[in-house]
Amino acid sequence: MSQLLQVLLSGLATGSIYALVAIGFTLVWQAAQTVNFAQGEFVMLPAFFVLAGLHFFHMPLWAALLLGVVASVIVLGILFKKLVVEPILPSGGTSLVIATIALGIFLKESVKEFYGAEAQSFPSMFPGGTFHFFGAVLSVQDILDLVFSLCVVVLLTLFLNRTRTGRCMQATAQNPAVAEILGVNVKRMILYTFLINAVLAALASFLITPVYLAKFSNGETLGLIAFIAAIVGGFNQIRGALAGGLLIGVLDNLTATYVTADYRAALPLVLLIAIILVRPQGLLGTSEGRSV
Amino acid sequence: MNRRIVLALTAALLAPAGLAHADDTVTIGVLAELSGPGAPSGTNWRDGIKIAVDEINADGGILGKKVKTNVYDTQTDPQVSRALAQKAIDEGAYAIWGTVYSGSTIVNMLVAQQNSIPQFTGSEAPAIVEKGNPFIFRTSSGAQKGVPSLTPYFKDTLKAKKVAVAWVNNEFGKGGHDVFVKQMKDVGINVVADVSSEQGQTDYAADVSKLKESGADAVFVYMNQEESARFLIEARKQNLTMPLVGEVTLTEAKVIDLAGAAANGALAHVGITSTATDNPAIASFDEKFKKEFNRNPTHDALKAYIGAWATKYVTEMVGKFDGQAFADKMHGLCLKAKDYPHMALDTCWDDRGEMSRPSFMVQVKDGKAVVIGTVPAN
Repeated sequence: MSQLLQVLLSGLATGSIYALVAIGFTLVWQAAQTVNFAQGEFVMLPAFFVLAGLHFFHMPLWAALLLGVVASVIVLGILFKKLVVEPILPSGGTSLVIATIALGIFLKESVKEFYGAEAQSFPSMFPGGTFHFFGAVLSVQDILDLVFSLCVVVLLTLFLNRTRTGRCMQATAQNPAVAEILGVNVKRMILYTFLINAVLAALASFLITPVYLAKFSNGETLGLIAFIAAIVGGFNQIRGALAGGLLIGVLDNLTATYVTADYRAALPLVLLIAIILVRPQGLLGTSEGRSV
Repeated sequence: MNRRIVLALTAALLAPAGLAHADDTVTIGVLAELSGPGAPSGTNWRDGIKIAVDEINADGGILGKKVKTNVYDTQTDPQVSRALAQKAIDEGAYAIWGTVYSGSTIVNMLVAQQNSIPQFTGSEAPAIVEKGNPFIFRTSSGAQKGVPSLTPYFKDTLKAKKVAVAWVNNEFGKGGHDVFVKQMKDVGINVVADVSSEQGQTDYAADVSKLKESGADAVFVYMNQEESARFLIEARKQNLTMPLVGEVTLTEAKVIDLAGAAANGALAHVGITSTATDNPAIASFDEKFKKEFNRNPTHDALKAYIGAWATKYVTEMVGKFDGQAFADKMHGLCLKAKDYPHMALDTCWDDRGEMSRPSFMVQVKDGKAVVIGTVPAN
């Protein structure tokens, strides 16, 4: 029983971070109707901004984390929108998808060239220590990862549903032309979406890197799992991305513990195929009509 | 006509100069995992070679020729390493130093063998010397020699009745796992949990949970560096209290650097370690490495260093650059540290290229690997 609880809670903690990354897919999809295949690298990069602050500028951790957020907002939010999305979007969604794949490779190789191929240690934002909970041992890091991620999702949902700006962003996501007629500053709303995605990527990066270690190739695994989590949960729903992330985190640990660890890498793909066959719009997603 | 004469004279003058340049150097191919999962090993391997080559060249080179290294990044991909072994040979390599990952060496050593090129490897999978390749030589004992050195520790020091094994499911991990499980069976210790993980795995929550539930008295951890660090971090998160004992990688500098405080208490048997600074050759290497690269050397760096110096010593015994003669000389050879100081420890190779050398037990204390005992050569 204690092992089951341990596996469930550890899976939820990891899954909550997958969810943060998956929400990024959802946001970019809503803002630009495209899949950002560099999303994994968007999570990898902020950790290296922090390491640059720590090692090259000798900043204290809090200042380096702040630098990481600011640099992420500039590079992954503003520059991504201005230099990649806006020039390429008129050429069509396919061109933009290819551009994000290229961007992912560029970011990965740039970090490799600048920092090297070896993994780097990364400081945790949270103190060490453990709690015992019905026989399961939970680290402070895991508990706070879970709480932090859930808080971010709740706040984001409240922001989108309860504030005027949030509703304008949703209107823009659903139909930019109509939103513009209704007086919504569409360009600004799209920019907000990219900025939020950048901040979420930075937060996910700070939560997961102390355990995964900072490495140029981290985005490969993270991006794939989060992409699958977004599809499984429902690509057009934030709550779907949350559900998908948590589901994959828990199922991965349950399978590795009680079935076999040999095929755990294949589990998200199996889940993806099963969901696509049974419910193509994802567990919590809604069907989208498109005119062609 | 004048132009022809000028060209002919120029060619005549340049040709010997080119030959002289070629004659002044001996080229060695360095195959290393400079990117991909094996990068911590490969970069240390390359950097250990850099220290050795600088020393060898300062010492007059090999048979009077300066050593020139061509370094190739295998990307931790066996097929890439095989292609690069061929490239190194095509570019005139007299010997090959590398690779570290066993999965790569198993593949690329066939190319060196077909071309009669001596090869020093940092790989430790038993299968490497069991293939009957007369040109392959280890720079550290294989798992079939290193892992058994731990058996008395589990049996007599820890007095373990039940043990668990956590290992990475690649050529390196499988080799160590198989030897360990057989050893435990031979001495009557029950293996109550056998937990394999994937190379590059990031989440070890399930693995550690299974180990906790196993009720083992100790855990044998046999993974590559980054995986070892992630495992130790998760073990600390879940408060895994049983002794964690490894072979070679678990306590090395890169793992300690990555795992931080989570590495404290980990134990390992290591073929060679830069923390054995009582040994003057190791102390000198350690000091030079830190000065050159501003970090602690790992055992891979030392293995590469020793392989490079062994190449010089043995080639000068043979008296010529002849791969076949080199290989013949190596089999059954022992290099005593008092006669060949850069070997650091008395070192022998058998007729399969397997190495024998005294080794060490270390434990991580306050973020540093500390030698807690020595193990005689077996």
